[in-house]
Amino acid sequence: MRDGASNVLNELRQGSPATFNDAFETLFRLHQRTVYGWLLRIVRNPAAAEDLTVETFWRIYRAHARFDPTRGFEAWARTIATHVALDWLRTQRPETELLMDVAAPPTGDPAISDEIRRKTAEAFSRLAPKLRVAAVLAVVEELPHKEVAAALGISVTAVKVRVFRALRLLRKDLQQQGITP
Amino acid sequence: MNAHDEERMKQFLKQALPPMGDAEPGRDLWPAMLRRLDARPTAVPWFDWALAGGLAVFALAFPASIPVFLYYL
Repeated sequence: MRDGASNVLNELRQGSPATFNDAFETLFRLHQRTVYGWLLRIVRNPAAAEDLTVETFWRIYRAHARFDPTRGFEAWARTIATHVALDWLRTQRPETELLMDVAAPPTGDPAISDEIRRKTAEAFSRLAPKLRVAAVLAVVEELPHKEVAAALGISVTAVKVRVFRALRLLRKDLQQQGITP
Repeated sequence: MNAHDEERMKQFLKQALPPMGDAEPGRDLWPAMLRRLDARPTAVPWFDWALAGGLAVFALAFPASIPVFLYYL
């Protein structure tokens, strides 16, 4: 796919300092919302998602020579953003995350109490980041496994395995806390 | 874990972590991006390091060449 972003990245490749800022600002403004939205889905923290959006575009800038126009910019940016988010999740302590999730208003199944919701969120924050990213994108955000696989750079089967492992470990954690799903 | 348990855990997860939906940044991120770009370290090309290394080795191997080299600077 040849899109506007590809043309901007071509300008960056040519390396003209005079046009660099304009070209990169165009690229940034065109895609910052998409990248931010993607990061927010993974990290679930608006302030962190803003910082990670900047970090993602910084990595895009550094890696622009490796951009493959046939793949499309957004898919490429999503892959980079996912890795940025994974790096961030690896640096976080479980209890510092998911604050807004716990505070979110309850909707849907009334049989699931606030306590179960809170304990599920806490147990989820204790899972390995790579399992969490797969589960949050595939289960919570209900994205197609193919899209999740492309963002993580793994196969669709590997996504299914990670989601299953995440759910199994989550269930085990909840059982240890006396909650029988 | 059977299929029923799996579905139940998915429900728990969706209840605990509601979807984020479409959202936009709360501020203009371009100024922060500019600061990040300005803060990038100045990269020294590898051939500059190779040239400096070569000169250092040459100067160590032939110390008498140093005054000649300085004369031509």
